[in-house]
Amino acid sequence: MSKEAYAPLTEAVYYILLALEQPRHGYAIMQYITEISHERINMGPGTLYGALKNLLEKEWIALIDGEVGSRKKEYILTDIGKEVVVTEMIRLEELLTNGKKIMKR
Amino acid sequence: MMKKRKLFFNYQKEEKWINDMAKSGWHLIKYTFACYTFEKGLPGEYDYCIELLEDAPTTEKGREYLTFMEEAGIEYVTNSANWAYFRKKSTGEPFVIYTDYMSRKKHLQRIISLFSIILAMNLAFALYNMTIGLFSSFNFYFSILNWLVVIGLSSLIFVYLKNMQELKQDDA
Repeated sequence: MSKEAYAPLTEAVYYILLALEQPRHGYAIMQYITEISHERINMGPGTLYGALKNLLEKEWIALIDGEVGSRKKEYILTDIGKEVVVTEMIRLEELLTNGKKIMKR
Repeated sequence: MMKKRKLFFNYQKEEKWINDMAKSGWHLIKYTFACYTFEKGLPGEYDYCIELLEDAPTTEKGREYLTFMEEAGIEYVTNSANWAYFRKKSTGEPFVIYTDYMSRKKHLQRIISLFSIILAMNLAFALYNMTIGLFSSFNFYFSILNWLVVIGLSSLIFVYLKNMQELKQDDA
């Protein structure tokens, strides 16, 4: 897959990937996204579930083998996932730099 | 405990009614065909959401989703076939299951395909019964019933298609 094929990510996917820089379960992902977006994004559980399933299929994230006793599923960013985020950050940076340069703000 | 008989065709209206009941302190705990069972509680304690599930609650995939919801602090209350009734303790934030364009669209598409299948079946029966109805009055009356379902479902599908179009406009 070429790097261009990753981007652009939807806001939801971008933030889910960021949230999974460390292991988190579903509810923690939602809370974290609400927090870092200063409550601008309140992701619904159905939306998150569909996105996680999709990201697992693409292998951008992976399930962590839970310890016995903790049944909550935790997810984590894979190496491909990390590359996707970084690629997207470079793209976003370009957008922002050009915007600032041209609009002089 | 209170039982109420009511029949809804539009799940959005049904959801609104259940939420109105919850605001007045009656919380849905059970649904069987056209019969709702409510339990007395604190007014506005819960927010309710209805969803047409992708997988039946009895399947493994379906159960996996319900577990996920549970872990997110959402209670699975009851179901009617693939329609699931969820509730969440009110936090002041609105309780919405699908929050972005793609997932909302997929949910509406699921509902539209379900109703389209029922509509197609009724249309086939309507035509069949009307033909046989030339000879038997029983089939003739039955075909009227089939036609009514066809008309009802068509208008409902139209409503959801319109919803889907409005979704597009929102995200444009």
